[in-house]
Amino acid sequence: MKTKQYKSLLEVKDLQTYFKTDAGIVKAVDGISFDLNEGETLGIVGESGCGKSVTNLSIMRLIQSPPGKIVGGEIFFEGLDILKLPENELRKIRGNEISMIFQDPMTSLNPFLKISTQMVETIRLHQKMSHKEALAKSIQMLQLVGIPVAEEKIYYYPHQFSGGMRQRVMIAMALSCEAKILIADEPTTALDVTIQAQILDLIVELTKKMNTAVILITHDLGVVAGMCDNVCVMYAGKIVEKAKTMELYKNPAHPYTEGLIKSVPRLDRAHKGRLFSIEGQPPNVIDLPDCCPFHPRCHKVMDVCQHHYPPTKDLGDQHEVACWLYVDEKEFPND
Amino acid sequence: MTNDKPLLEVVDLKQHFPIEAGFIIKRQIGTVRAVDGISFEVREGETLGIVGESGCGKSTTVRSISQLYKPTSGSVTFDGIDMINASKDQLLDARKNMQMIFQDPYASLNPRMTVRTIISEPLEIYRKRGMLDESFTKEAIEERVEDLMERVGLSRFFKNRYPHEFSGGQRQRIGIARALALNPKMILADEPVSALDVSIQSQILNLLHDLQDEYGLTYMFIAHDLAVIEYISTRIAVMYLGKIMEISRSRDLYKNPLHPYTQALLSAAPIPDPVVEKKRQRIILSGDVPSPDVEREGCYFYDRCKYRMEKCKSNIPPMKEMDKEHEVACWLYE
Repeated sequence: MKTKQYKSLLEVKDLQTYFKTDAGIVKAVDGISFDLNEGETLGIVGESGCGKSVTNLSIMRLIQSPPGKIVGGEIFFEGLDILKLPENELRKIRGNEISMIFQDPMTSLNPFLKISTQMVETIRLHQKMSHKEALAKSIQMLQLVGIPVAEEKIYYYPHQFSGGMRQRVMIAMALSCEAKILIADEPTTALDVTIQAQILDLIVELTKKMNTAVILITHDLGVVAGMCDNVCVMYAGKIVEKAKTMELYKNPAHPYTEGLIKSVPRLDRAHKGRLFSIEGQPPNVIDLPDCCPFHPRCHKVMDVCQHHYPPTKDLGDQHEVACWLYVDEKEFPND
Repeated sequence: MTNDKPLLEVVDLKQHFPIEAGFIIKRQIGTVRAVDGISFEVREGETLGIVGESGCGKSTTVRSISQLYKPTSGSVTFDGIDMINASKDQLLDARKNMQMIFQDPYASLNPRMTVRTIISEPLEIYRKRGMLDESFTKEAIEERVEDLMERVGLSRFFKNRYPHEFSGGQRQRIGIARALALNPKMILADEPVSALDVSIQSQILNLLHDLQDEYGLTYMFIAHDLAVIEYISTRIAVMYLGKIMEISRSRDLYKNPLHPYTQALLSAAPIPDPVVEKKRQRIILSGDVPSPDVEREGCYFYDRCKYRMEKCKSNIPPMKEMDKEHEVACWLYE
């Protein structure tokens, strides 16, 4: 096996995932790159259909093919290219080194099996443990995520838990093999605010304790603000801006990011009158022309935006943005 | 804009649903107390926001008010009409002035109807019964549909399209146009922006805001997102397990929440600013919302409250007026 010296735990380079449909090719993820370091929490924000979930399914190689296909790019996990691994090697990583929590805990747990069966199965698949040891480990994990009377509740079926409790079970399962990366795909979207606060606190606490890196996918800018070290903002299959969380909220560079931050009403500010809003609809990602996909909705649109996709510019201090506003006019393509 | 005359008055409204068992012979084995005795008023021209977690009874409340459910007890007076005991004709008349917008823009529009039929349906219903002005001919209705579409930000050329041809935000606009068709005085909006993306959400909130200014509408607005509720409302009622815990002016609620539940709810809501967010102290409530199928003798929030006292266990706290616009149901303030 080729293993190169790696500098980040996970490196995604120019990943492209396309879906073939009757209407044309959907470029759900179109050339995105990011790194994830040990113990880091990375947020991926964007609206529905921007490709944030597909990005993470691609990392796990869970894209259903056909219609989907990873057509380009590389994903290095500890220096190992996930996209080139054979299926049996991949299984050692999936669910073990990189695990995932999904949005809806009702559909991601098997309703026919007891929690005990599902957890023991996961643990025994990846670790050499007897059934008894795996069961003990499962109970211990459930206790860790704050499920009361875990030794009894482990014999429950998923429907016997509430939504918040089910999400706790999912987290317990995801972390039961001491994963190095936890991908959380909208883990709290289906939950109420007070339960959301419980679950987010739990994720922070456990991943700090286990030094797990987290990729948090969400559309909620408030959740990102509280949890993430770095943020990627996605729009129409591309990362339009990447920065440290503090920097992103203080100096949003891309007009889309700026619009997103301004269009959410804030509890802690007195505001009356109209909200800032991004006009128009998110674009259809089928056969997108080679321009900035945001230009029809942008309030700072220029001529060049309508014909060419902007290059990614480094603004310093790990702040990157793909927008013509930050490109020197001399570098504009002339045609 | 707001004057103090209440347009809608709700007194001790209860909505209980039977839990039935048995296959052929049904018998009642319990009651879900979805709304368990709430009182409030909505004044002309204001927006009353109702906030609470799922299952707290906020949707049931608006459905009971609009008589989509028959309330178990209590009274609902809208525009001088006693809604619960109103005759069918009276109710029809009242409903002309009280329209609803629903949460799911996919489920609330009939997929087999064109946008024109959807928006004109309320007008057609009232025209057939002769409850509209004489002037409403077929042509006038057509014109009204087009005006409404333009008003909510849809092109009039879309009127022959079907709902599936629109995005979520546009569908919600169709729903709003339908609600406006009869020129109502009041709109009951049940989570109208919860299913929408952030950028679309702000468009719809702005639209609702503009419409209120333009037509002097009164809103009852339900949401679980506190920031949205705080933005759109004049006053906010916080609900928990079918009870109102606190009613306050919107701008005071964040600054001065009195009920322990409101405090927890506000502190749990994330604020999109890392500087503020990293400094905040969260009050994390333990446990889940208990089941609403038991009759309670004490405070409904007792199980999860960290300030609970002996008194709370067996006495239901009444609404206490703290100042003119701020009421709270908690024994701490007695």
